[in-house]
Amino acid sequence: MTAVPTDRPADRPADPTAAQPTVGSAKSPMVIAERVHKKFGLNEVLKGVDLTIDRGEVVVMIGPSGSGKSTFLRCINHLERVDAGRIWVDGQVVGYEQRGHHLHELSERAIARQRAHIGMVFQHFNLFPHMTVLDNLIEAPRRVFGADREEVTARAEVLLGKVGLRDKIKAYPRHLSGGQQQRVAIARALCLQPSLMLFDEPTSALDPELVGDVLAVMKDLAASGMTMAVVTHEMGFARDVADRVVFFDSGVIVESGPPDQVILDPQHERTRVFLRAVR
Amino acid sequence: MSAVPVLTPAEELTVVPKRHPGRWLAAAVILIIVVRMAISVLGNERFGWDTVNTYLRDVSIGSGLMMTLGLTVACMVVGVVLGALLAVMRLSANPVVSGAAWAYVAAFRGTPVLVQLLFWYNLAALYPVITLGLPGVALDANQLISPTVAAILGLGLNEAAYMSEIVRAGILSVDHGQQEAASALGLTRMETMRRIILPQAMRVIVPPTGNETIGMLKTTSLVSVMAVHDLLYSAQIISARNYQIIPMLIVASIWYLVVTTILTIGQFYLERRFARGERTLPETPIQRLRRLLRTHAPSVRGTS
Repeated sequence: MTAVPTDRPADRPADPTAAQPTVGSAKSPMVIAERVHKKFGLNEVLKGVDLTIDRGEVVVMIGPSGSGKSTFLRCINHLERVDAGRIWVDGQVVGYEQRGHHLHELSERAIARQRAHIGMVFQHFNLFPHMTVLDNLIEAPRRVFGADREEVTARAEVLLGKVGLRDKIKAYPRHLSGGQQQRVAIARALCLQPSLMLFDEPTSALDPELVGDVLAVMKDLAASGMTMAVVTHEMGFARDVADRVVFFDSGVIVESGPPDQVILDPQHERTRVFLRAVR
Repeated sequence: MSAVPVLTPAEELTVVPKRHPGRWLAAAVILIIVVRMAISVLGNERFGWDTVNTYLRDVSIGSGLMMTLGLTVACMVVGVVLGALLAVMRLSANPVVSGAAWAYVAAFRGTPVLVQLLFWYNLAALYPVITLGLPGVALDANQLISPTVAAILGLGLNEAAYMSEIVRAGILSVDHGQQEAASALGLTRMETMRRIILPQAMRVIVPPTGNETIGMLKTTSLVSVMAVHDLLYSAQIISARNYQIIPMLIVASIWYLVVTTILTIGQFYLERRFARGERTLPETPIQRLRRLLRTHAPSVRGTS
């Protein structure tokens, strides 16, 4: 396989959410991160991360544990507050409003609104165990956007069909396998019709034989043109699906490029050491 | 292990469960003791069963029971609402807010509830006129703090201290990932608390709250010191007239038992309701009886 340039493959359709009224123009990048710093106490986890993700692009973030890749992902939807730097998603600064030379943190409701446009999938699924699969999917659209129950239910049914779990609509999460739960979690995030999807090690908590189903759903999602940022250790997925692979180490991006280049022919010693260890 | 020659094909072997003769023996001993006790109690005319029977449906006992029930409900409402508020305050990021909740719990949990009751009862000695610090408000404490109001305040505010710890434990029992997932989906903190965290916390909150309610039903008997006509006080008034002290205590006890039994049943079904989504629901008594009858029925081979 030859190195693929970073721009989108031609067969990928345009971003389906671009038609929605958004501040960012259809051509501007989906995510722009500028000199992002994050400290936990004295431990500086992110030491100035710059990253741009184009619309429809799939970026896979790899790196040793503690390298800051998950923290960076969580900064993108303001689950973690950045200490310095800025992140734009869809043309809006996440979590803040810039007035003069100051970034003022937005109100809780405004941040919640922003987050609703950014889907997130967690390592441990975090489905709501006291709700059925359907209620897990329709809860947020109904609360956040006051969406009509019938309409959201119809959308939820379509999404559950897409992840192959149409028949589990009335089940409770605990009655599902890990792989099924994670696919429900993906459908739940999609039910808000996000313009960006974040995946935080979505297959790390799964039994090996269940990983494939979840990756297949993510692959379909990528093929449909969704913009995705994925933290994972699945090198096969990175090679097949990613437009770009980003290698994190000690809070900075060490290397970034097309998957075949980063994974097969890494330029930096630290990347090489890491890749040798995960193989 | 010695090798036993296997002559019978495996599928023709019958399984014989282990017998438990000790269980039968223990059951027999306990039954004999219970029967002897029952005969002794029912046969002793000094228990005054006739009097018990007469006063069990007495009007003033009935109104005393109503007062006890009313006090229990009112005090638990005060306790649960204020307790939930205190629990949320305790978990606040603001140190003054969480410190205030901590101090409240320390004060009310650290003093006997009887002392608190007497404090409220004698509030007029401290503040003859209640102004609440507001202009134009001047309430006569003696009128406002009737014995019943003192009882509700004393027991309710004390209960809030215990309930706040129960609610706090419930909230902390919910996995942090739930909060994160709800935030990531765009729910606000209030929505998350109400729709995601509290319903899950209820599984931890309900059983001890049931205990608290049953405890409260009995603790309300303390208000007899303030001459509130609750169940116990009503029984005592009658025994002061007819000198039938033991029978009247039995009358009160029977009613306490009846109500606690009803509350226990209610608690069971409430717990079942909040166990939705669990792998196994606790079985109802009817389900349990069916299962016991099934397992102890003569086994038929081939049923599974």
